[in-house]
Amino acid sequence: MAEPKRVERPMSPFMIGPYYRPQMTSISSILTRITGHALVAGVILGVWWLLAAATSEAYFATANAVATSWFGDLVFTGSMWAVWYHYLAGLRHLYFDAGHGLEVPTAEKLGWACIIGSVVLTVITILLVQ
Amino acid sequence: MRYITPRKRAEGRGAAHHGTEHHWSMTVSAVGLAFLVPVWLYVFGKALGQSREVVVETFGSPFPAILTALLLVVGMRHFAMGATTMIEDYARGSVRKMLIIFVTCLAWVIAATGLFALARMAL
Repeated sequence: MAEPKRVERPMSPFMIGPYYRPQMTSISSILTRITGHALVAGVILGVWWLLAAATSEAYFATANAVATSWFGDLVFTGSMWAVWYHYLAGLRHLYFDAGHGLEVPTAEKLGWACIIGSVVLTVITILLVQ
Repeated sequence: MRYITPRKRAEGRGAAHHGTEHHWSMTVSAVGLAFLVPVWLYVFGKALGQSREVVVETFGSPFPAILTALLLVVGMRHFAMGATTMIEDYARGSVRKMLIIFVTCLAWVIAATGLFALARMAL
């Protein structure tokens, strides 16, 4: 029996660049995954802070110092943007799943809506909880 | 021409052997989180930077406690399942298995730690 011919297939998504031009649709999609996973950093810091608050005054002083330091601000502000981006991209995912918004111009507009919307919502949230 | 009967196509649950369960579960948790997250961000943001008394009183009261508990359980399941999909995309064999076990454990540890903290503040 003849050996089946091996087909060299490009590996998706390896990678945007050599094979595919970066586009709003692909970049906004990969950002959903990146933001979703990066959020675990903010969650760990937040849960540690809650554990410290539940434990003792001394432990809370330590955790609160970290959570309210420049490092804490960086993690929580970054997480805030990440959660809002992931939120909007998730809603877009549900919209796509329902079979809507799949035309290229619409999909590109939705990508911009996720990026701009996430920044706007982050600023609003920060102002609201100040 | 397809040598396949409609019955064959309808039977079983696909190559993954569990149909669209994973996708549906992510959809359900996503909708749940869509309601939980904005409210929780406000509660958490308001509490952050306050004294320990205020923090304990906030997360010890029913609404923030239940909200945070739901967010931890639903959110960490959503995270573990999403991370599993990512690992399945990029890793193979034993590495894949070890990474999936790791993120599943990590998600449960985070959820359990948060729930313990809540219980301690509320009770």
